[in-house]
Amino acid sequence: MGLPYSKKVIEHFVNPRNVGKIEDADAKATEGSPACGDMVKVYLKVDKKTKVIKDIKFESYGCASNIATASVTTEMAKGKTIEKAKKFTWKDAADALDGLPPVKVHCAVLAVDALKTAIENYENKFGLVVNKKPTDVEKVRGRLEHVIDPRTGLDVVRTKLVKKIEVKKGVVIMYVDMAKDEQFSGNVENELKERIEPLWDVKEVKVVFDKS
Amino acid sequence: MDYIYLDNGASTKIDPEVLNAMIPYFERIYSVASSQFSHRPGIEARDALEGARKIIAEGIGAKPEELVFTSGGTESNNFALKGMASTTNRGHLIVSKVEHYSVLYSARTLESMGFKVDYLDVDRYGQVDLDKLKDLVTDNTLLVSIQHSNHEIGTIQPIGEVVKIAKERGAFVHTDAAYSFGWLPVDVERLGVDLLTITGHKIHGPKGIGGLYVRKGTPIKKWMDGGFNEFDKRGGTENIPAAVGMAKAFELMTDVEIEQVRALRDYLKKKVLSIPDSHLNGHPEERHPANLNVTFDYIEGESVVLHLDMRKIGVITGSACFSRSLEPSHILMATGVSHEHAHGSVRFSLGRFNKKEELDYVYEELKKVVENLRRLSPMKKED
Repeated sequence: MGLPYSKKVIEHFVNPRNVGKIEDADAKATEGSPACGDMVKVYLKVDKKTKVIKDIKFESYGCASNIATASVTTEMAKGKTIEKAKKFTWKDAADALDGLPPVKVHCAVLAVDALKTAIENYENKFGLVVNKKPTDVEKVRGRLEHVIDPRTGLDVVRTKLVKKIEVKKGVVIMYVDMAKDEQFSGNVENELKERIEPLWDVKEVKVVFDKS
Repeated sequence: MDYIYLDNGASTKIDPEVLNAMIPYFERIYSVASSQFSHRPGIEARDALEGARKIIAEGIGAKPEELVFTSGGTESNNFALKGMASTTNRGHLIVSKVEHYSVLYSARTLESMGFKVDYLDVDRYGQVDLDKLKDLVTDNTLLVSIQHSNHEIGTIQPIGEVVKIAKERGAFVHTDAAYSFGWLPVDVERLGVDLLTITGHKIHGPKGIGGLYVRKGTPIKKWMDGGFNEFDKRGGTENIPAAVGMAKAFELMTDVEIEQVRALRDYLKKKVLSIPDSHLNGHPEERHPANLNVTFDYIEGESVVLHLDMRKIGVITGSACFSRSLEPSHILMATGVSHEHAHGSVRFSLGRFNKKEELDYVYEELKKVVENLRRLSPMKKED
């Protein structure tokens, strides 16, 4: 028994494809957070007519599996339509790598989620959302379940870091149970905004720091 | 170049001299250590065991009958905590938050049995908070267990002060000196501790042997039932070849050699900390001579470890991705750093066989690996 990783995982880890950022990306998304030890950022360039992913790049702060799954996911997505890429599962990514150790499966989930969220952000931005349900508190809360509370490594809904959400005429206000001058307040504000701003009918996002 | 092993804090290569000293106790003298009224092989075996005990006991300022051989540091720590439980009517225990798992989980076991346990805070360098300790020790405190030096970040604890505070309220003191033994002066009289853990395999000795110093009069209970071995404190056939090896390894740890390793560690430290956005973990001065622990910002440790392994360099990290529990190092977290800081930590632990040329190579490769991973990272500073 050697390393717990397949040859393909090691190969992608050593020579990751599609690394970097796209400055004029059509959409991007971040999943995970440094607090939980894994973070992936995905950038997309999509052909307006054909909806084919023309270019995709990623950045990763994470372990070997994180880098390898992000790399293979971008490789799978490049040249596919967003419709097709949306349907990728973590299993597809893991299979493409000839498997992952069970404790590392969450890395594949993260990479594929980042791709899906980036596509969703693209659809919101370019008016491609099919069931144009107006954004409500439920929708916001669902999205926030992907934002990690940097102090605990759990999501901000579960830890009640975001204690109240208001949605009114395209304006989303989130009340955060944290003082403005706390260590992570800047990160939290950016992440919350990044999560909610892409929604198709959201015009403004406000983050209010209000420590109980 | 051969593989460069910088995980000596976990375990070390046995010294050939140590191995040679052990061989006769497999081939020629293999009896159990028995009484003076026994057959000659048994007496020979006993002499070997007692010879080893004398060397080690004297080296730590103890009497031979105060040193109980065990299977290693983990057993010694279990013995110290569980063996002391229920020996008096006191029901309170204090351990630090940066202890080895064998102390932490023994404490947790005692907690589940009804003991009250306090986990003492440490400062940013990993040293225990003595003021807090003063507040925690009461007339109900049975035992205070604080390690001598930390196996991960190398920080040395002010054990003398801990003993003073504990003794004012009549509590016993245990220190886990598994990582210090042989490397740092460990004198039970000067420290004033009642119990002290040592181990053989972090000083180029064999695995499977360790010891617990038990100050005369300490009411510890027999930990492992069996025969009357080890002054009736630990049943089981003594591991004589390993005891002989441990004593030999201890003798080989000379001051000159320790200073050589310290100089090499300082050499590596200077080079590694010249990498931008790197930070030393642990205490800058009060530190184990063979230990270096550094965090590299914006990257994660498992990736560093794997890349270095491919370049034939063996180190470890406190990252969650490296651990079986998917939790970052409890030691680094106790020093108050962020998850990210713990994830980006790398431990380099040196030993007798490391060479300066190796460290030059390690630095060059490490620099490349850190640069490459930072290029991938979404957290890198914008240039």
